[in-house]
Amino acid sequence: MIGYFLTRLGMFIPTFLGVTLISFMFIRVLPGDPIIVMAGERGMTEERYQEMVEKLGFDKPVLQQYWDYLVGVMQGDLGESFVTKKPVWDEFFALFPATLELSLCAMIFAVALGLPAGVIAAVNRGKFFDRALMSSALIGYSMPIFWWALLLIIVFSGNLGWTPVSGRIDLLYYFPSVTGFMLIDSLLSGQEGAFGSAVRHLILPTIVLGTIPLAVIARQTRSAMLEVLGEDYIRTARAKGLSPTRINGLHALRNALIPVVTVIGLSVGTLLAGAILTETIFSWPGIGKWMVDSIFRRDYPVVQGGLLMIAVIVMLVNLLVDVLYGIINPKIRRR
Amino acid sequence: MAEVSATPTKSENRPSALREFWYYFSENRGAVIGLWVFAAFVFCAAFAPLLAPYDATEQFRDHILQPPAWQEGGSWAFPLGTDPLGRDMLSRLIMGSRYSFFVGIVVVCVAVSGGVMVGLLSGFAPKWVDTLIMRVMDIILAFPSLLLALVLVAILGPSLTNAMIAIAIVFQPHYVRLTRASVLAERQKDYVTSARVAGAGKSRLMFITVLPNCLAPIIVQAALSFSTAILDAAALGFLGMGAQPPTPEWGTMLAEAREFILRAWWVVTFPGLAILVTVLAINLMGDGLRDALDPKLKRS
Repeated sequence: MIGYFLTRLGMFIPTFLGVTLISFMFIRVLPGDPIIVMAGERGMTEERYQEMVEKLGFDKPVLQQYWDYLVGVMQGDLGESFVTKKPVWDEFFALFPATLELSLCAMIFAVALGLPAGVIAAVNRGKFFDRALMSSALIGYSMPIFWWALLLIIVFSGNLGWTPVSGRIDLLYYFPSVTGFMLIDSLLSGQEGAFGSAVRHLILPTIVLGTIPLAVIARQTRSAMLEVLGEDYIRTARAKGLSPTRINGLHALRNALIPVVTVIGLSVGTLLAGAILTETIFSWPGIGKWMVDSIFRRDYPVVQGGLLMIAVIVMLVNLLVDVLYGIINPKIRRR
Repeated sequence: MAEVSATPTKSENRPSALREFWYYFSENRGAVIGLWVFAAFVFCAAFAPLLAPYDATEQFRDHILQPPAWQEGGSWAFPLGTDPLGRDMLSRLIMGSRYSFFVGIVVVCVAVSGGVMVGLLSGFAPKWVDTLIMRVMDIILAFPSLLLALVLVAILGPSLTNAMIAIAIVFQPHYVRLTRASVLAERQKDYVTSARVAGAGKSRLMFITVLPNCLAPIIVQAALSFSTAILDAAALGFLGMGAQPPTPEWGTMLAEAREFILRAWWVVTFPGLAILVTVLAINLMGDGLRDALDPKLKRS
């Protein structure tokens, strides 16, 4: 087990270095002089230009620059935003809870609906329920989520007026951020209606972001269940006279969960990519919107730092999934 | 040669490869529907200028935001209504199919040809080259595809061409991994050994002996990437990083229509519906292709 963990970690380190290299290269391959681009239409004096060159280390050899960047990254120094002048690291962690909260809710939504849908479809294989569920799953899988978001806004915010269109909470409420999670903070604040408002703001983004993972989980659960249901031990359980609920729910589902858990772990990348669109549409103050805004504002240190942080998060989650998988499934360790 | 003359009767009875493929493909009803929808989409894309009633950029200033024909205030002159600048929705949608089709074709061709080459190389090259290539692919895969495409477009400048390049780069690693995996599996087989013993050179082994036997999963993946490419290009267009207005690309149309969503449902609904139907049709087709070409992957 330790050997497996070390091998997996050994693969992580070169990939991490590669990812830092890509994010390092990002500013340097931009067409034109990045400093001039940052200055925008205002332009800048010769002195200021030299100062910026020195500050960003552009006067040193490239290898030295990369080394400095890498050392900085390891110490949590991702540079400063051109626009807000705040450290990128701080900005990232100020906004990250919003994205995390949304992603967690989307994942819970996807698992809570996707697992039962997959099980029901597998148990009713070939029947009406199976076809209906799997057709919906395929539609969900093919959904352009930015359009889906607009449709939901038209129906639930526009026509029915049930949900707000943007933000995390009504402007009426103000309380200090304790955990960064709006649901928890609003409860802690004790203000009447704050929690309800936070929930109402969460509903549509959660559905939008959770749609594709939901479809993927439902499809995956169905095929994993079908595979398990054909196994001998299930026949044994049936012969023993166990009730179908017990067989499906306990014996089959538990083994079918292994590939499903992997899929859940691996959809973190999908979630973060979806967060870019979802957060932009719902003005959700998280990492995705921050990245898109920074790209438009040409705030390159932010784009660079955000790119690196997101990639590292995806890699860490993948590492975690692999290790967990090794624990659950001993066969994989020997590969 | 001996092999061919030894089994002449058998090969006559066996249906041709295409027929056999069609037999399995048509068993999946969804796939056949998908194929028809896709054929209609290709037809639209091919003959767009003939099918579209108006020019896609022509502005009818007297008919701004006119609803579809069946709704009050609509007319059959503009069956699907007009957009905020008075352009005919139907014409724009038909012209838009060209862009989506183009994006799909280009992205899939570039990603497949590049990915297959690198994957073949990786499967046949010495261990250290293989490791190096796979690590590079891991690095690309660490970035969420849309984010990487977005950043690439930010570097290259927003345009449809650059969006296609970015998406193709992002899709590449999937083909590399897929090709490499099947090459490694095929290389172990006896027919490859016998070809090598018979004196086949490396390039012959790679392209003529092994590659044709690795194609099935690649074709299936290509069909699925076609739809993902359309989705991603539309998403980039929606974020303002793909095709630029007034190009009637479906994602860009949605972005332009965003502020009118509560006033004019049709400017938002139709472009998205076009994306959904196209992508759905291709995914249905992809499922059928998988069943027909790759029985191992068949979802019971």
